[in-house]
Amino acid sequence: MLQYVLRRVLWTIPVLWLVATVTFFLMHSAPGSPWDAKSTGGRQLDARLEASFNRQYGLDEPLIVQYGAYLRNAVTFDFGESFTQRGQTVTEIIGQGFPYSARIGVLALFLAIAIGIPVGIYAALRQNTFGDYASLFVTTISYTLPDFVIAIFLLIVFSVNFGWFPILFTDWRSYILPAVALGTGSAAFIARLTRSSVLEALRDDHVTTARAKGLHNRTVIARHVVRNSLIPVLTVVGPAFAGLVTGTIIIERVFGVPGMGRLFIDSITSRDYPVIMGVTLFYAFIIVMSNLVVDIAYGFVDPRIRTSQ
Amino acid sequence: MTQALVHEETTEILQLGRSKHARGLWSDAWRRLRKNKAAVVGLIYIGFMILVALFAPWLAPHHPNRIPSDAFSNTPPFWDDGGTWTYPLGTDSLARDYLSRLIYGARISMIVGVIPIVIVVLIGVSYGLISGWLGGRWDNILMRLVDVVYAFPSLLLFIIFQAAFRESWLGRSLGGLTLLFVAFAITGWNGLARLTRGQTMSLRQKEFVIAAQAVGNPSPRIVYRHILPNTLAPIIVAVSFAIPGYILAEASLSFLGIGIRPPTASWGSMVFQSFPIVTFRPIFVIMPSVLIALIMIAFAFVGDGLRDALDPQSNR
Repeated sequence: MLQYVLRRVLWTIPVLWLVATVTFFLMHSAPGSPWDAKSTGGRQLDARLEASFNRQYGLDEPLIVQYGAYLRNAVTFDFGESFTQRGQTVTEIIGQGFPYSARIGVLALFLAIAIGIPVGIYAALRQNTFGDYASLFVTTISYTLPDFVIAIFLLIVFSVNFGWFPILFTDWRSYILPAVALGTGSAAFIARLTRSSVLEALRDDHVTTARAKGLHNRTVIARHVVRNSLIPVLTVVGPAFAGLVTGTIIIERVFGVPGMGRLFIDSITSRDYPVIMGVTLFYAFIIVMSNLVVDIAYGFVDPRIRTSQ
Repeated sequence: MTQALVHEETTEILQLGRSKHARGLWSDAWRRLRKNKAAVVGLIYIGFMILVALFAPWLAPHHPNRIPSDAFSNTPPFWDDGGTWTYPLGTDSLARDYLSRLIYGARISMIVGVIPIVIVVLIGVSYGLISGWLGGRWDNILMRLVDVVYAFPSLLLFIIFQAAFRESWLGRSLGGLTLLFVAFAITGWNGLARLTRGQTMSLRQKEFVIAAQAVGNPSPRIVYRHILPNTLAPIIVAVSFAIPGYILAEASLSFLGIGIRPPTASWGSMVFQSFPIVTFRPIFVIMPSVLIALIMIAFAFVGDGLRDALDPQSNR
């Protein structure tokens, strides 16, 4: 088991390195510079000023030297200073934006689990009834609908028409619609997974045994069916969380949330290299970590996984 | 009379036998797919959208990008006060006919659903076939590369790609489409490679493959004639789920303002352009959003139908 965990942990290093390298060279192979009129929003800098900026941020050095310096600093979580928001480090900027995104992501995940699992169990226990078909239909549609389309409809119906929620990002109420928009797809996915998993568990021998012992139906369902069927469901929580974290990029745009997603898009349009790199690495780190946690948890739950690789 | 009856029976049996014989995997799957109402509705809708995309120049009442001299910007659709039949669904903020732009937008969605998937299938399937057929150390090396690409969050890569090359000739060509194709192709092939590789690994142990080897067929021929045809069913299912993924990715990127370049109309970019006036004219945001949603649902129905039709054993 220890060996398995170690291998998984070590595997994250080349992945993160690759993300850093690809991002770095893609960014720097792009035509134009952060001091262009396009990037700064209309101001064309003086050539001498540009040269001095380039010197200050090390952009005049050979690319490979910049790359080496970047990797060295990144290992110590030093991602440099922002080009556009002078005097602020990338770490500070991420620190300002991330809490918003994290709150939305966690709330969405909570909604997805709190709605998805009961709906899935309900559908499985009433297999092939109207309730089952209805929930199957609704989950298919909600799983298929793009996040941002759901977000737009929620915004138009509940903020613009009914005025129940603020249109601009203001207080705690502003978190609700983004979380619902983001969590709907995951809720549907979890519901479908729970349903098929519960159906499988219902046919299991140990459930037949439990029934043969004369246990109450309720006890059988709660103790023997649901508990066993939740294992595969728990394993999608990790990827779901990772998906929710990157999913906020689009959702934040709809609801005007000042989170990481908006930061990311802003930094791209203004060619703020350090912020682009920092945010990308941060996203990749979260995704890799949530996959890692799932892999390890899976290894604990299912011994076959450990030995097969 | 008995003779006649016997005769009738035998022809019936013969016909039954013949019709059974003629039913292969594909015609069987097609029959099952046709029975699936949702899948048929999805197919019809997709067919309709393909026609709209093909005949856009004849269907659209106006030029999608030209600004007419007599039109006002942001006029409402015909059913609202101030709407006219000249511009049935109104005009956008640059006074361009909204209906025409929606019609031309279908072109972008359809082409984004077709071209990248062709590239992805070519790369992914060949890669998987080679890796699965060679096995051993080569397979190990090839699959590690797949793992690394898989770990790279694709939305992030799309965004970075757009950021890096948007202003280059690659980003400018075809209104930004070329860059989208490249980005989708680079990230998309690994899933199919994995799938094909797994299929190939299990098929190469099968007796008919061993027999083909035993009679001296060269490897490329075995892979092409015996393995590839048997991996097609799961590949088709995977493709039917990948296509809406690309359509959605284009729409999302265009909604973020880093997909299709103006003035080209795509449903995602229309949502992006109309979003600032969402409180004033929500209908302009709703129309392209509904079209995006419908095409996604149509593909999901077809995908589900194909999966059930090609793999009847799969329990859902």
